Amino acid sequence: MSSLLSIDDIQVSYGNIKALKGVSIDAQEGQIVCLIGANGAGKSTLLRSIVGLEPLVSGQISYSDSVIAQGHGEHHRGHANCLPTEQICSLGIALVPEGRRVFADMTVEENLDMGAFLVKDKSEILKRKSEMYDFFPILGQRRKQKTRSLSGGEQQMMAIARALMSSPHLLLLDEPGLGLAPLVVQDIFSKISIINKENKVTVFLVEQNARMALRAADDGYVMENGLIVLSDKASALLANPKVKSAYLGQ
Amino acid sequence: MLSFFLLILIYTGIYSLMALGQNVITGYTGMLSLCQAGFFAIGSYVTAILCVKCGWGFFATIPVAALLSAMVGVLIGLPTLRLKGDYLAIATLGLGEIIRNVINNWDSLTNGPMGIQKIPKPSFFGIEINPYSKWGYLLMVAIFVLVFYLLLKRLADSRMGRALEAIREDEIAAGSMGINVTKYKVWAFAIGAACAGVAGSLQACFSLSVTPGTYTFMVSVIVLCMVVLGGMGNFKASIVGAFIIQLISYFPQLVGISNKFPAQFKQILFGLILIVMMIYRPQGIMGRSRRSFSKTGRSCPFKFLASKVRTVFKSSKEAGR
Repeated sequence: MSSLLSIDDIQVSYGNIKALKGVSIDAQEGQIVCLIGANGAGKSTLLRSIVGLEPLVSGQISYSDSVIAQGHGEHHRGHANCLPTEQICSLGIALVPEGRRVFADMTVEENLDMGAFLVKDKSEILKRKSEMYDFFPILGQRRKQKTRSLSGGEQQMMAIARALMSSPHLLLLDEPGLGLAPLVVQDIFSKISIINKENKVTVFLVEQNARMALRAADDGYVMENGLIVLSDKASALLANPKVKSAYLGQ
Repeated sequence: MLSFFLLILIYTGIYSLMALGQNVITGYTGMLSLCQAGFFAIGSYVTAILCVKCGWGFFATIPVAALLSAMVGVLIGLPTLRLKGDYLAIATLGLGEIIRNVINNWDSLTNGPMGIQKIPKPSFFGIEINPYSKWGYLLMVAIFVLVFYLLLKRLADSRMGRALEAIREDEIAAGSMGINVTKYKVWAFAIGAACAGVAGSLQACFSLSVTPGTYTFMVSVIVLCMVVLGGMGNFKASIVGAFIIQLISYFPQLVGISNKFPAQFKQILFGLILIVMMIYRPQGIMGRSRRSFSKTGRSCPFKFLASKVRTVFKSSKEAGR
């Protein structure tokens, strides 16, 4: 198996504060890889740097064997040596941002249309939309409603559906369970597994809900203060005593 | 009286063009720009200079005015559009002032504070359109507004219009949909600037002279008020907003009470209306136009009635069974 996304020793800093201090992660094609860690560990920064929203100080990120972002040393901040976000997304990476970031004033259907912005074939867009409505029936019922009026869980489903509209190879999820009821979180994670198994989408998942994430994932990474402190098969991490005491409350 | 009302309508038309442009920038893309007056001035001076110094016809100068305004818009847009909200407002405010000051001091080209006089009347295939008789000129302005309205409406319903709306709602999400945020922002800015440039051309040949004093910061503010008062993200509303604000501005003269009230009265009235509007109807008179409105059935009274009749009919049939 080849790695679809490989992050090689990257550093990211906000001014004098180092947010990522040399992080390496590999996501194999067809897998669910999860990254767990506490608040402020640098999880979201990592995702932002993958989609080109944060410039790297050093290291590089490559996606299916081509470099999408590269470090450029301490003093050239601002002249980012990476592809702009929209180009990275056109390579087949889709991001479900933290806190969902749906287009609240648009209807569900318009949101999905936006997700397929790079697809020019109208019949293809219609086909994908009907697939999404089959996969998330609640969105089909609410497709003419403004997204603002949806519940948190529905909005999260919509954000995932919107990302899938571009039929990505790699789906990046930033805390899909944020602020949702446990039952809804379970539902969303089961959907993520189905997306991974049936649509052959590689998933890179960042989550605070460690138990949920590790159960769904193949590989797991644990991040603390901008460093990867543990990496293993997800099932092994679930059994790891350190992870148990720090993240699973056992 | 009628002549004065026609004057108001002509000014409504000229300001509508600017408001339509501002609506692309602020209403659709969500950028708070305050330099429509600058582009307005560029348009006016292009027409004035080309007509008076180079002997061009009025209609030939319009594309040049639009293009030059758009180019200045792009040049200024590229560095400033990475700013957001109030920072962008301050940057564009400064820009509008720079344009006015350059015009004020570039004596050899713009004649400085004296301005340029004796701009020839526009003629269309030999028919002279006399600004003093007003009907002809009003017709011309109305045609311009209509054409720009239709063009911009088409634009708003296109792929680009959707991209602009996505950028307004959430830039990060828009970027991760594959939308080139910078490109579309600069385009929106250039289109807005071009509208103001054309408005400037019309203004120049309507007043037959241009002076830098016309293009103050207040013009930008009034144009922004027109857009907000009418309703952001709705082109029809911008035209309505322009008409209402022009009507308020000239109200004392129109009803012949200008000798009883000081000239500042209209600004008090103007301010009051804006405050009341923002408290009771912040979305503007007409609100944002939605493409999918008619499909929900709720906003269309006939469809709503029809569905009601259908349900009543259905239930009576079931009761009869």
